[in-house]
Formats: sequence, C-alpha cells, structure tokens
Amino acid sequence: MSRDRFERGLFRVLKPLVIAFLFVITAFPFFYMVTLSLRDIQELILDPGSLWPRDFTFDTYANVLTKQGFLSFMRNSAIVAVSSVAITLLISIPGAYAVARLRFFGRRQVHFLFLAVYLFPAIVLAIPLFVLFTMLGLRGSLLGLILVYSAQTVPVTVYMLRNYFETVPQSVEEAAAIDGCTRLSTIWRVVLPLSKPALMATGLYAFMIAWNEFLFALLFLVEKRESWTVSLGLSQLAGSIEIPTTVLMAGSVVLTLPIVIVFFASERLLTEGLTAGAEKG
Amino acid sequence: MTDRRGGTLREQEGRAGLALISPTLVITLVVVVLPLFWAIMLAFQDVRLINIRRVGVFGHFTLENFSYVVSEPGFWTALVNTLVYTVAGTGLSIAIGLVAALALRDRFKGRTLVRASILVPYVAPVVAVAFLWETMLNPQYGIVNSWLSEPIAFLTQAKGTFLGIQVPVALLTVIAFEAWRYFPFAFLFILARLQALPAELDEAAVVDGATPTQRFRYVILPQLWRIIALLSVLRFVFTFTKFDDVYLLTGGGAGTEVVSVRVYNFLTARDDIGASAAQAIVLAVVLVVFLVLYLRFFSGGEREQG
Repeated sequence: MSRDRFERGLFRVLKPLVIAFLFVITAFPFFYMVTLSLRDIQELILDPGSLWPRDFTFDTYANVLTKQGFLSFMRNSAIVAVSSVAITLLISIPGAYAVARLRFFGRRQVHFLFLAVYLFPAIVLAIPLFVLFTMLGLRGSLLGLILVYSAQTVPVTVYMLRNYFETVPQSVEEAAAIDGCTRLSTIWRVVLPLSKPALMATGLYAFMIAWNEFLFALLFLVEKRESWTVSLGLSQLAGSIEIPTTVLMAGSVVLTLPIVIVFFASERLLTEGLTAGAEKG
Repeated sequence: MTDRRGGTLREQEGRAGLALISPTLVITLVVVVLPLFWAIMLAFQDVRLINIRRVGVFGHFTLENFSYVVSEPGFWTALVNTLVYTVAGTGLSIAIGLVAALALRDRFKGRTLVRASILVPYVAPVVAVAFLWETMLNPQYGIVNSWLSEPIAFLTQAKGTFLGIQVPVALLTVIAFEAWRYFPFAFLFILARLQALPAELDEAAVVDGATPTQRFRYVILPQLWRIIALLSVLRFVFTFTKFDDVYLLTGGGAGTEVVSVRVYNFLTARDDIGASAAQAIVLAVVLVVFLVLYLRFFSGGEREQG
C-alpha cells in the first residue's frame, strides 16, 4: 500500500509539471513569434533576451505586406489553396460516394491505391513532375501546383468522406430514388446536405495542405517571384541580410495565422476525421 | 442515366460506380502513378534537363546512375543520417506524445487551452516554424542563446562537446525539431485511443490494488500497442523521406545531410536528373526493406501482445 501511496503522490506532483512543460514548449515559441514581430530590429539586437517589446510597432507588418510583397504572395497562396479545395471536393465527392455505396469492379483494390498514394514519398514524385513541368512550360504557373496538391489530397479526402457517407442511412437515399431522383441528384440533394460537417472537414484539410506545402512550391515557382506562395516567399527571403528579422517574423505570423484560425475553427471535425480509424483499435 | 443501355441493375450499379470513381483514378494515375514509373525509368537513363528531349522516354538504359550515386562521397553518411534522424525523431515524438496523452487524459481546468497549444506546432506551416527555430537559436540574437553562458551555434555546428562527450549538435537539434513538431500527431492518436478504452479494466485493477505504474504497464500499455505500432510505421515512412524540415533548418549542412536533400541538390544544383532519380529510388527501396522487416517482426509479436 505504501508503494501505491508513494506513486500516487509522485504523479500528483509530476503531472502538473509535465503539463506546464508541454504548454511552455509549445506556446512560448509562438508567443515569442508574435512579440518579436511587433518590435523594431534595433531592439532585438541591443537586447536579445527581452520577452516584451518596449515600443510596439506595426511598421514590420506594413513593410512585409507591401515592400516585401507578402500581399501578392498571400493572393497566390489563396488562389492555390481555394482552387485545390474546389478540385479536391469535386473529384472526391463522387469517388467517395462510389466507394461507400456502389459495388463496382475493383472497389476493394481502390483502398490499397489510396494508402499507397498517402504513404508515397513526395521527393520521388518531385523529380518526374519537375522534369515534366519544365518540358510543358508549366513551371512558374500556379496551375501545375494546384494539380499536384489536388492529386495528393484526393485519396485522403475520398477516405474521409467515404467514412461519413457510410453513416448516411440508405433508406433516405432509397426514398429519394422512389421520389424520382437520379443517382447524381440523390447525391446533390440528399447525401451532401447531410454531410456538411464532413465536407467542411475535408475542404479545410485540403486547404491546410495547399497553404502549408513547401517542396513543390520551391521546385515549380522559385524562379518566378511574382508567383511565390507565402511559404516559399518566407523561405526565400529568410536568407537575405537586408530584411530585418522582425519584419520576417511579421511574415511568419501572416503565414501561420490563417492556418491556426482555420484549424481551431474546425478542430473537432478535423481530429475526429483523422483519428477515426484509431478508435477501432 | 445508364437506364436505357440496359443490363441488370447490378451491372448499371457497377458502371455508375466506375464512372463516379474515374476522376479520382485519372488524377492519381496522371499525377502519381505514371510519374512514379517515369521516375524509375529516369533512374536508369543518363538524363539532364538539356538533353531530356533527345533521350525520350525509352532511351538508352544503364545502371551507371546507381554506381555513380553510391560511390559519390557523402551518400552513405547521408543514408546513416537519414536513419538516425528517422529513428530518433519517430521514437521521441511518439514517446512525448504518449506522455502528453497520459497527462491530458483526465479533465482539469485549462485542459482545452493546453490541448490547443500542443496542437499548434503540428498545424503551423513548416516554413514558419523552421524560421522561428532558426531565429530563436541564432548565436548572435537568438533568445535561447541569451539564456546560455556561452552561445551555441545549434544549426551550423556539426560537432560539439557536452559533459565531455562529443555530440553532433546540428543533427540533435534537427531531431529535437522533429520531435517537437510531430509529437502532437502521436498525441492526437494516442489520446483518442485512451479515451475510447473501457474504464472497467482500469477500475478493476485499482480494486485489485495495482499501483499507477503497474496499471500503466499491465492494463493501459497493452491496449495501446497497436496504435503505437501504427504510429511508428506512419512516422517512420513520413520522416524517412522528409525534405522540408532539414532543408529549411540547415540546408543539409553541419552533418545533417539526409538523402532527400541530396536528391533535391542533384536535381536542381547539379541538374543531374538521372542521378537524382537513382538516389530517390534507392531511398524508397531502403524504406520498403525496413517496412517489410518491421511488419514481419511485428506481426510475429502481435499475437503475444494481443
């Protein structure tokens, strides 16, 4: 019994410490990111250890958005991300419905294909796509990037949507069929309205992938500055000596904030979709 | 739509299924499967961007790329680095994720906030967090170095001494980054599993007088093995071929060069497509070998662990 009491006591002390530690290592860097973006570079160089800005300034944001071109980077990122979401949904909704509901030749093998694409290393694909896009003259255009992002997210989103479509009662669809709906209008009028949360989740997943991606953006767009996405822009400017670190930190905030907002707006939906397989054991 | 064309209902269903799945198949085929085969073919050809049109798809095949790549200085070191980075990154991220999941299992005040905070490193764009780490670890004005008595060049120093032992500083920093960035992924999965566990087993163990560590060891952990095994495979696969993190933090310098960064450098800086593809193929083959070994080893042990 004494061992039990000792351990209980120990964990009662350890647990808050562990929680505090985890909180600090995850929250502190982002706190530092935001406060650093709000001060002048002189302040950082004179007093690198300070945590709180003496004088707040928003000049860093004005600088990074206009002078460094982050506004146009954001526009590019938004175009790429929104188009990827649209294409991904357009392709994966019928695909997921087919896998969830219809018996067709090769339905079982489709799962294997999805898993393979999900696990497939991007760096191997990067080579032929780089060569292909160079030959087609698609390098520097956002179109190629949108295609690649859509292809990479479609297998996962088909899987996520399928799980949800399977929970839509078949009887509702049959009722729609009796009322004269064709298959496509059943999907449009019955299945999709019932699956709004899942559609949100998959759309946001595709958005996050497209907004955060770096390797393909680097390979396809690096030579054409006006096509840079925010991720690529920050990574390319991070190396230069002329741009103050605090200005670039403002750029990091601009890059990070939309994703964090999107994620927490939809967190429940996303994590449930992501870990749905885990609960089956 | 296919009503008129006849056939049984079952045949119509099959046709509709294929029609609806075909956009998915086409885009994966065009952007993933065909490029994969092309990558394999490129690895066996002497191709550069300049002569690509002349070589064609079915040009002269050779094994030269492979022998060149394997004998090139730095390749084996990079492969070892990749392995160390992957194993340590995977292990650490899962271990921290497990600890985090156990600590946040029960409700407490502020749990939602802590949980949200834990997820941010995983959700935030890799470019932003890599730049943040670079800034924080900078030897001149980095905040971490302002806490140390002597500044450490975490990301540019290949070797240093710590407590009298020589350690690979930059490689360890990159591994720490990996653990920090991906433990939330393990945390999410393990927490979901933990919360789905039936409470009765744990309660029964308490009644039987099991201490907290005993309950963890004999009641909780055995029920987590499968999710931990799955996470190990996922993280191993993702980390082994990961490019962004190392490239952004060190550019592959200071003893942190991993194979994927070499693939990129051969492709862009050296413009040697064949050698680049050969390296990527070697990397993928090594990965598959490890996976097969792991699955074999694991599926043997799974029955005992239940």
